[in-house]
Amino acid sequence: MIATDRLKANPSYLSIEALTVAYGATRVLDRVSLGVERGEMIALLGSSGCGKTTLLRAIAGFVRPESGTIRVGGKDITHLPPEARETAMMFQSYALWPHMNVADNIAYGLRMRGWTKAAMAARVADMLKLLQLDGFGPRPVTQLSGGQRQRVALGRALAIDPHLLLLDEPMSNLDYKVRLELRHELRALQQRISITAVYVTHDREEALTLSDRIAVIDAGRIVQVGAPEEIFHRPTSAFVAGFMGADNAIDVTQRDDGTLLAAGGGPGARVRAHFRSDSARLETGSTPSSGPDLVLSGTIEQAVYIGQGYRYRVRTPGGDVWVHAPDRVPEGTPACVVVPRQAVLLFPPEPPDSATTSAMRPAA
Amino acid sequence: MNALTLPSPLRALLRAVLLALFAFAIFGPLLNLFLWAFAERWYFPSKLPLEYGLTFWYRVFQPRGNALASLGTSVWIAVLTVFLSLAVAVPAGYALARLKLPWRSAILLVFLLPQAVPNLPVYVNIAQVFYQIGLNGTIVGVVLVHASHGLVLAVWIASAAFASVDVSLEEAARNLGASAWTCFRTVTLPIAAPGLIASAIFVFLESLDEFTGTYFVGVPDVTTLPLLMFNASMGGNYQIASITALLLLIPSIGFMLVVERFLKADVLAMVGR
Repeated sequence: MIATDRLKANPSYLSIEALTVAYGATRVLDRVSLGVERGEMIALLGSSGCGKTTLLRAIAGFVRPESGTIRVGGKDITHLPPEARETAMMFQSYALWPHMNVADNIAYGLRMRGWTKAAMAARVADMLKLLQLDGFGPRPVTQLSGGQRQRVALGRALAIDPHLLLLDEPMSNLDYKVRLELRHELRALQQRISITAVYVTHDREEALTLSDRIAVIDAGRIVQVGAPEEIFHRPTSAFVAGFMGADNAIDVTQRDDGTLLAAGGGPGARVRAHFRSDSARLETGSTPSSGPDLVLSGTIEQAVYIGQGYRYRVRTPGGDVWVHAPDRVPEGTPACVVVPRQAVLLFPPEPPDSATTSAMRPAA
Repeated sequence: MNALTLPSPLRALLRAVLLALFAFAIFGPLLNLFLWAFAERWYFPSKLPLEYGLTFWYRVFQPRGNALASLGTSVWIAVLTVFLSLAVAVPAGYALARLKLPWRSAILLVFLLPQAVPNLPVYVNIAQVFYQIGLNGTIVGVVLVHASHGLVLAVWIASAAFASVDVSLEEAARNLGASAWTCFRTVTLPIAAPGLIASAIFVFLESLDEFTGTYFVGVPDVTTLPLLMFNASMGGNYQIASITALLLLIPSIGFMLVVERFLKADVLAMVGR
């Protein structure tokens, strides 16, 4: 196989090949292949139940795959027990041990590796300094705030200098403000010590800001891998487009010259158009001349205040679309939604029975 | 005027009377016990002892009195019972808490069975079997009988204690290089320890108080404190019986205070799950 040959010729630091995981009859991961370069931070992005956490747990050794291989630095770790893998995981719950203080939590992995007391103390001090937790060593972990716990969990993982850092939605239990702060801190730290990291999240903003590359997972398969800009601007499927925020999806007609019309507006091929509600513009005056842009006319059904302006639901003959506009327009007003041609993502029309895109597909 | 709208002095009086009745029901027998423990002479028509003193305490605690010897036997049996029960309850409780056993609740129920069946016929049968294999009248025999009782508490509480340890705490240890055994020793066991200590205390107290099984399996060679108390009261010596009862109260009350601190809500919430 060509893909396998390429992997063999230039193997990634972490290389996953055709990994399949099943719980009973349900396939949670279906022949997933992924390469992560040394020093890279990759985000596994998907909705809950898509298999992203299972992939992470398979790398850590908590899930036994049915078939496929996982290699780190060329070494096959597929069948190693978790303790022999040199991966360090940060858990969603942090999983700090309540019967140990901060220093003992951080030193645990070192103790397992037979470090001397003095070496452990020095390493713990380094970690506390790195995470701006100086002097927290003797504190019980039960007395720390969420953000502090998260740092201790990160310190505990980094202390052993792991080959891979695995992060399982480590920010999901934090306040929004703390999360924003820690996101940038984590990214800066990861780049500074250039550790290879796999980050599981369902938050697209987090994936975009944190990672070098994003792997979007849907129903146990990787549907697209690429740089954040690429995933955001050039999604290869309707699912990825929807997940990356192109929340409007409507059937339109594409004429032979490439211009787009509202469905039924003339002869041409039926295609599915996706676009972001903030990339379209609302026109309430006279119908604008079509030009290359997609123009959908209808009436305003609903207005929602969102802080920077309003979000409108516009009923058009082809279906409802959402659009953002700075000014308040009363409901019932006839209006046009104008989408610049470059903001429209075109996909083949949906077959009528595939409404459940992200539902678990049966095993192929 | 109905019962709900009684005037407040009347309601207060009613409450006081009810409380007093409760207190009497609970503490009355204990008070009688105290009186008997310090009574030198107490004959039928008198409402209270005629003479108080410590003569019987002296008799109980004198070197050749068998109260101290049977106290020693009782404690020794209780300690052995605790070890035996925990030796079974720790692995069994962990398995019940962690593994996806198909008959989990059925297994937990089986451990309850010795409590459900009437004790007397069971002990008579056990005594007969033990007699045939030479366990009657031995400490081992009594410990086995006590453990059959203690295991219910031990297994239930131990499995609750292990169930309240979050699996990700164990995974974090494995992830950082701990083998399955090291992980159990350094993470699971210390976190479950309060629950396990509580179950050990319950087993200890259960064994210390146990009478029926000991009576059928242990007599006449093994004399525990409850047996001594029984013999004393059957022989009409209420002073000795009361003093032994008071001695038995000391560990019960002491440990109950300790257990209350160890059995946390998160463990109790897992009992029987």
